[in-house]
Amino acid sequence: MSEKIQMERHNYDIVVIGAGGAGLRAAVEARVAGLRVAIICKSLFGKAHTVMAEGGVAASMGNVNENDNWQVHFRDTMRGGKFLNHYRMAELHAKEAPDRVWELEVWGALFDRTGEGKISQRNFGGHEYPRLAHVGDRTGLELIRTMQQRIIALQQQDAKDHGDAESFIKVFAEVTVTEVLKESGKVAGVYGYRRENGVEVLFEAPAVILATGGVGKTFKITSNSWEGTGDGHALALKAGGNLVDMEFLQFHPTGMVWPPSVRGILVTESVRGEGGVLTNNKGERFMFKYIPDVFKDKYADNEAEADRWYLDQDNNRRPPELLPRDEVARAINSEVKAGRGSEHGGVFLDVSKRLTAEVIKKRLPSMWHQFYELAGVDITKEAMEVGPTCHYVMGGVEVDPDTAAAVGVPGLFAAGEVAGGMHGSNRLGGNSLSDLLVFGRRAGAGAASYVKQSQPVKVSESAIKNATERIASPFKRTGGENPYSLHQELQEITHNLVGIIRTKTELADAINKIADIRKRIENVTVSGDRLFNPGFHLSFDLDNMLLVAESTAKSAIVREESRGGHTRDDFPVMDTKWRQINNISSFNGKEVVVKQQGLPPMPNELFELFDIHELEKYMSKEETARGGVKL
Amino acid sequence: MALIDSRKVVTGVFTKERPEIAERTLRTDRWWLQPALTFGVLISFVIYATFRAFEKKYYFAEPLISPFYSPCLSTACVEGSTHFGTPIGSITIFGLLISPALFILIFPLGFRMTCYYYRKSYYRAFWMSPPACAVAEPHKKYTGETRAPLILQNGHRWFFYAGLVLNVILTYDAIIAFKNADGQWGHMSVGTLVLLLNASFLWLYSASCHTCRHTIGGRLKNFSKHPLRYKAWTVVSRLNHYHPNFAWVSLFGVAFTDLYIRLVASGAITNFYFF
Amino acid sequence: MSKKINLRIWRGDVNSGKLEDVVVEANEGEVVLDVIHRVQATQMGDLAVRWNCKAGKCGSCSMEINGKPRLACMTQVANFNEDETITITPLRAFPVIKDLVTDVSFNYKKAMEIEAFSPPADLKPGQARMQQIDVERSQEFRKCIECFLCQDTCHVIRDHEENKKSFAGPRFFIRIAELDMHPLDMLKNRKKKAQEEHGLGMCNITKCCTEVCPEHIKITDNAIIPMKERVVDVKYDPVRWLGSKIRKREGIV
Repeated sequence: MSEKIQMERHNYDIVVIGAGGAGLRAAVEARVAGLRVAIICKSLFGKAHTVMAEGGVAASMGNVNENDNWQVHFRDTMRGGKFLNHYRMAELHAKEAPDRVWELEVWGALFDRTGEGKISQRNFGGHEYPRLAHVGDRTGLELIRTMQQRIIALQQQDAKDHGDAESFIKVFAEVTVTEVLKESGKVAGVYGYRRENGVEVLFEAPAVILATGGVGKTFKITSNSWEGTGDGHALALKAGGNLVDMEFLQFHPTGMVWPPSVRGILVTESVRGEGGVLTNNKGERFMFKYIPDVFKDKYADNEAEADRWYLDQDNNRRPPELLPRDEVARAINSEVKAGRGSEHGGVFLDVSKRLTAEVIKKRLPSMWHQFYELAGVDITKEAMEVGPTCHYVMGGVEVDPDTAAAVGVPGLFAAGEVAGGMHGSNRLGGNSLSDLLVFGRRAGAGAASYVKQSQPVKVSESAIKNATERIASPFKRTGGENPYSLHQELQEITHNLVGIIRTKTELADAINKIADIRKRIENVTVSGDRLFNPGFHLSFDLDNMLLVAESTAKSAIVREESRGGHTRDDFPVMDTKWRQINNISSFNGKEVVVKQQGLPPMPNELFELFDIHELEKYMSKEETARGGVKL
Repeated sequence: MALIDSRKVVTGVFTKERPEIAERTLRTDRWWLQPALTFGVLISFVIYATFRAFEKKYYFAEPLISPFYSPCLSTACVEGSTHFGTPIGSITIFGLLISPALFILIFPLGFRMTCYYYRKSYYRAFWMSPPACAVAEPHKKYTGETRAPLILQNGHRWFFYAGLVLNVILTYDAIIAFKNADGQWGHMSVGTLVLLLNASFLWLYSASCHTCRHTIGGRLKNFSKHPLRYKAWTVVSRLNHYHPNFAWVSLFGVAFTDLYIRLVASGAITNFYFF
Repeated sequence: MSKKINLRIWRGDVNSGKLEDVVVEANEGEVVLDVIHRVQATQMGDLAVRWNCKAGKCGSCSMEINGKPRLACMTQVANFNEDETITITPLRAFPVIKDLVTDVSFNYKKAMEIEAFSPPADLKPGQARMQQIDVERSQEFRKCIECFLCQDTCHVIRDHEENKKSFAGPRFFIRIAELDMHPLDMLKNRKKKAQEEHGLGMCNITKCCTEVCPEHIKITDNAIIPMKERVVDVKYDPVRWLGSKIRKREGIV
């Protein structure tokens, strides 16, 4: 490779980083507002992690149970998040989700249908009514393909109107962004390189939308693909933004556990929604033992009632397998720790006893396929072995709910998993795809109106020079550490010390070890050249993952309670004091700093949607006495 | 590099930008077996059928008639075999009497030649286009079914219709096989069974055909507006899954039926009567 | 549980390349992608390979394993004999970038050429009513994960580079079929265009696309042949052509 580094320059109104559901929805919105948009994705177009979403997209359309409406969805979301959600995000999400689903249909999506020909909706953990629009168990694929084809439709229109399909929207596939560039306190563009050949790319743009998804690859057992390295989280931190509540990670209760090579791969919650039952190695349906007090009136405490619910949902309580994910994950964890797990350290999930082989293959086709091909298990005949897997990060970039603008960084926006606040301490299944669409659109609109009111700033030569040097650095060093082994080490630390169940001493240990890796990462060396070099790519991802892990560990050590996706062995219960507090991470150039910030209180009309007795389970007496605030 | 210089056709997998690999395929399984078998079986059938079509005898043994010669429509047909008269009369070319089989065989031959399943088989086995999946084919140029003569493959449906007519006739032949050699009803022989099976296989082959699937309902945009056709389409779709099996079984069936009748008609065996 | 296996991995770029032998450890239940990753982490740090989900859902890790187009994440090492050498090459129908990574931009160009879904102009969000039986055919095609194995194996372009201009390939024939069978798609000329612009007539239905599809989509039987029959309806069947002129519509809706 020659020493002379090539660089491409591009100029856009908005740069969207990430081509999953949120990124593409944002791009469409920005394009429709008349702006020129670059979409950057780390892998090929259409491969984003959104395709892995299986169960469905939650929207209170009321097609299956007409009692459903946005208020019920809002309540379920707040309950699921243990009232740590930003109320405004949960409100917007519940209100706008149906429109976002319906517009997908106008763009060509083909959801499964009800008898009347409407979009069918299925049951899911934590949702009071059947609410998830779905296509078998590949809803995420449908969403990403629909968005991808919507982009193509807009590009075809641009080709007709302007003579060039890429005049307004252009997709830059296989590009890694290493830096969000700022000039005089405002976003000025992004810098990165093409993974294919290492050619560096500068995008000058007044607005940048982060839609980079999650952080799962920080952990050893995860349902996330290699892309989930927390790039957006790290980019935001380094650009001066905040992350909110990074201690909340969702461990999906059902990941595959065997064989080892597929450990962590998701087993959709729809398996339980369709009637799958969890048992331990004694054949006991153990979830009845784990219904927390706050949910006692909504979940059946005996098998007979739970079974009846599948036939008559109005007169029976739901089976406890459909409790929110954090509850089920902890229950499985306890069973395995108590020695009642399966041979490979999981529990059994069985759908074969309730449904016929034909129905299973129709409703859960990719699950059948996945187990049959990867584990040699025929789920129409036998039980699956499942256990918790790191699935989703509730924490993320602190944003303004209405515009998705990142707090503290003019020109920076964030939507989807990379944004925080919406899901509180735990996300309900199905709320992710709807989150992508609702806030993807809002980010696109928010960025568009920001761009229209602001003056673009030029990226300075010195900023470019710094960015270039950083990209070149792994090749200049010799004899340093191998990025693959450092990554493995980090995953061991997070898995063992910042996992499902946490303690103060372990977290403190993790913080030290992460700081140690941070020092060693400065020595990472990579072999080969810039041509599609995965070791080189990993060295940048690693840096991002470290920041995320540090932020998670430091937030987790201060939150002295257990809530949703954060369980402290030394503080096993919820604490009303902590319900009112967000942990805000920021980066001072050397390390992550966590401070506390009050959660905005709910306004009166939302407060009154809840039964006061329910609120008493989460809130202090003073809070319930005060009620909602008047807006 | 020597290997690369010896590449005859520089297209396809040997195009310059493609990964430099000298082998036409890296498959390690016996990929050549399937096309070789297909080739062998089809060639045998063609040889046998040609021989029989020009033999012009031993195709009728009251009441059994060979599917190669049914319906027998020319004055050249042997006595008693012309159930539908002799509308064709007799045609000679260069003084040679044309075999009555030729007027008939053109239709099933056309039906099978244009059949979507047989096309796959013979394009692979005879034309090596491609010989098997991911095995580079030897041709320099390829235009598919876009030009004459292969564009005629689009006429499959006309042969399908003709095939239906023939199926009716062969079914009729099977029914009259419930007569004895003296023309009395109510008897049944091994020959009756053979003709019945042959007709059934042919019906299954036609009913499972892709054109049938399209005609019966596949061309509809909204099934829900045509519930009966949708029902029929689902049945044909299920059969269609086994179309390759029916294609082979019915091919063997026709050849076996003809052979059986030849053996009976030539006196080599007697047609055993159950009653 | 673990054993040593022999791999031959194609390494190189657009200029040149060759198969290199490596011996690597393989554990029970592992797929080819796992051992490739082990090679990457321990022996060839810069070995280029595309992958994402490792669960057969994203279609990124397409390559050729013992000459067959496959997803590396869905190919069990146990499927091979103990003493067998597993040969792994990039897709041979596309230009290579490096090692196991090819330039699949051909497919994205073709995607752009298929006219987008066009619903009725007055369709309001939430108003669509479709029966399950009417959407099922198109849903099968929407299962496509765009691994492009069908495009790779299709001899029309695999063996004839020059046909790439005029041939969309199986992946996009199912896209056309999906739209033509979509209850809400109103575009009338899809069939004609399939034949005249997208090269449907080039396909000689040798079914390799169906054989390699990891999603088990019946590409040939359920999309290509039905489209060929629909093309016959509008182009090569005078009876139906006349019928459509009289009834002023393309085929029966």
